[in-house]
Amino acid sequence: MNAEIPIARPAVAHRDDAPAAPKMSIRHLDFHYGAFHALKDVSLDVGEKRVTAFIGPSGCGKSTLLRVLNRMYSLYPGQRASGEVLLNGSDILGPDVDLNLLRAKVGMVFQKPTPFPMSIRDNVAFGVSLYERLTAREMDERVEWALTKAALWNEVKDKLGQSGTALSGGQQQRLCIARAVAVQPEVVLFDEPTSALDPISTAKVEELIAELKSDYTIAIVTHNMQQAARVSDCTAYMYLGELIEFGETDELFLRPRRRETEDYITGRFG
Amino acid sequence: MFAMRSGPMSRPRPPATRGSGPPAKRAAAGAWQDAVFERLTQGFALAVLATLGAILLVLFAAAWPALAAFGPAFFVTNVWNPVTGIFGGLAPIYGTLVTSAIALAIGVPVSFGIALFLTELCPSALKRPLGTAVELLAAIPSIIYGMWGLFVFAPWFADHVQPLAQATVGEVPVLGALFQGPPSGIGLMTAGVILSVMIIPYIASVMREVFDLVPPVLKESAYGLGATTWEVVWNVVLPYTRVGVVGGIMLGLGRALGETMAVTFVIGNAYKISAGLFNPGNSIASALANEFNEASDPVHRASLVALGLVLFVLTFVVLALSRLLIARLEKGEGGRA
Amino acid sequence: MGAERNAIYRRRVLVNRFNLLMSLGAMAFGMLFLFWILAVLFGNGVAALSPTLFSQPTPPPGSAGGLANAIAGSVAMVAVATLVGAPVGVLAGVYLAEFGAGSRFADATRFINDILLSAPSIVLGLVVYIAWVARVGHFSGWAGSAALGLIAIPVVVRTTENMLRLVPASLREAAVALGAPRWRVILQVTLRAVRGGVITGVLLAVARIAGETAPLLFTALNNQFWSTDMNGPMANLPVVIFQFAMSPYDDWQALAWAGALLITLAVLALNVLARTVFRQDIH
Repeated sequence: MNAEIPIARPAVAHRDDAPAAPKMSIRHLDFHYGAFHALKDVSLDVGEKRVTAFIGPSGCGKSTLLRVLNRMYSLYPGQRASGEVLLNGSDILGPDVDLNLLRAKVGMVFQKPTPFPMSIRDNVAFGVSLYERLTAREMDERVEWALTKAALWNEVKDKLGQSGTALSGGQQQRLCIARAVAVQPEVVLFDEPTSALDPISTAKVEELIAELKSDYTIAIVTHNMQQAARVSDCTAYMYLGELIEFGETDELFLRPRRRETEDYITGRFG
Repeated sequence: MFAMRSGPMSRPRPPATRGSGPPAKRAAAGAWQDAVFERLTQGFALAVLATLGAILLVLFAAAWPALAAFGPAFFVTNVWNPVTGIFGGLAPIYGTLVTSAIALAIGVPVSFGIALFLTELCPSALKRPLGTAVELLAAIPSIIYGMWGLFVFAPWFADHVQPLAQATVGEVPVLGALFQGPPSGIGLMTAGVILSVMIIPYIASVMREVFDLVPPVLKESAYGLGATTWEVVWNVVLPYTRVGVVGGIMLGLGRALGETMAVTFVIGNAYKISAGLFNPGNSIASALANEFNEASDPVHRASLVALGLVLFVLTFVVLALSRLLIARLEKGEGGRA
Repeated sequence: MGAERNAIYRRRVLVNRFNLLMSLGAMAFGMLFLFWILAVLFGNGVAALSPTLFSQPTPPPGSAGGLANAIAGSVAMVAVATLVGAPVGVLAGVYLAEFGAGSRFADATRFINDILLSAPSIVLGLVVYIAWVARVGHFSGWAGSAALGLIAIPVVVRTTENMLRLVPASLREAAVALGAPRWRVILQVTLRAVRGGVITGVLLAVARIAGETAPLLFTALNNQFWSTDMNGPMANLPVVIFQFAMSPYDDWQALAWAGALLITLAVLALNVLARTVFRQDIH
């Protein structure tokens, strides 16, 4: 099905076992920070219940692209996007989009852990209570469910009342994942989620991403090519604001179609 | 705290259920609440803004009778005669400026020394207690400085320092003129010295804070060249932090100009202008504190308000000047603080 | 050559020693005054302390009395000024930090706030006198509170804004990313992250106005008798201290020292509380 999508420049790998229908479709996306043109005519599909990785050197626009998908950039005056980004077929870049609702559907996990200054339980409950009215018991169940999903429950079940900021870095990041999962979003965006973590915590977070894939659509930005190869189904290689190549991860890493991609993944970049 | 909110809603799904998609119950997020909240906070910001306008308007309107009666001469003549109703505010303006200048002349070097001591010399165990002790000087209410100044410091100053100063530097031809006046302990010099003690904590804290921000590697590279501690502080730390240092000094100056109670007790309340700093004088703030409630004549009152306006404008000018200076320094340095 | 270099070096070492010695002297200078003032204050104040300070109103000269009315008046005026000033200051600070990026209105407000912050307190008292006391025709506790509030608000605005600016953008974004509206992000996450700092700012503002004398001279004035009527002239510690200290009567001066000690202890306690209990807790 990739072949049917009118993507102008990037080479697209073809595979017979085509992925599921796209959850998000990015069409001719341009992005500006003031006068700086950060994304240039990017088009690609994020498949439903698949992991899509974005790789490329610093400043290539991969994080910018991620921040378009939940309109995080709208917090800052002077940043603007044009083109189309469809979520379930409807454009999220329009002026009438309710950003809060959008963000409840498209969750995000950040580079550095960002526990809120409240207890572990309240950290998880915060997002849930924004959109649902649960009894204390239901909320407890939801909190346990989310923490279990994030593989953190066993480590924190006896100290749910403690501050989230007292956890270790790796635990904090899994708390943030639990917090994002607890609101039951449709898409979860990971912005270099392991770059501040040690190898063991990194492995745990990667396992988690692999598990979450069965329920959620995932987009991940990473500096680490091995990580992209390990966790993702599709990979997009970006350079200087352009999408150079996008395709199945195995294809892209084993048989890159573009010279630039090959140079980057084999370390001859630059 | 959010979790305690409970409602009659049925559970959206068993928590263990896998699956995505929006939960059944999704309340509207309420963009209007955001707008209301922003307007609310903006309203309070506007109130702050409007306050200044109101202050200037009120002061100007109330000072107008005096400004209209005496014109610009009010600011440059030295008469203060409630009996004849003729007023000119030069003496208190002079006193305000002179006492503040004395305060800076003493306070700035001492503050620099304190900041140097606390950042470079002080054993680390003593840093916090001594730093806090310096800041305590700022926590003592100004009226305490006034009482201590009147009952303790002024007599001591009159007995021990003034005669000594007059016998030594007082004999030097030009400089000596500054040290003339009755050694009574009451006067511009006493007020200036007390003010200097009051502004030291402000200037020293700021200096210390910015000295601590100097990257260690910068100091280390100077030490690496064989520089002494003093050379590092004077040639590296001070130039690096001069924007912050200027800000701190201006903060202290602003304090000194507007200080009322400590000055009122010891300045002598005399509408006199003389080079001798041991002479009694007056400052704008102490003239207001002493006379405003007793002034019944409208022109007398308006003249005092006009002095208040001058004081307000003076502190404003100091602030604006320090901003300009800081902006210029930052520009010259590529914006480091 | 070698001798010359040694001479230069010796000179540098001497300059260094001398200047460092001067810095030690500066520290000693500061400490000397601190302990001198505190010693005088405690020496005179403790001698004049007695239970009647808290039970009797201010006396006419020559008879016994206390400071009960002045203490009550001070507490009432500072409380009103804080209860009104703190929310105003916090909300205005929130606006400047959270919504004011790149707006000229916010820049102007910030500058005005700095002007108010450095405005002499006696001038603020003067303004309240002209705008309020002169109009209604009498001094009042409310007017005193207004003058104190004018001093407190800019302090709170400044600390609130500074504290909120310390909150990393990622924390704000993380809350937004969950779909939380801005007002909830601010009230429940960012303000909460810096609540220690904001409370510290409020306490420092309280400490500042608690010791203010000048703005009360023209607003609350004084009241020799016990009064809980905020709409009339109201006794307060700083003005009582000022009047009693300047008086020729020994017992009034003793009361002034006792009041001075009380007020200093209160202000110091507030400072210590602000600096230790509510230390900044940025996450």
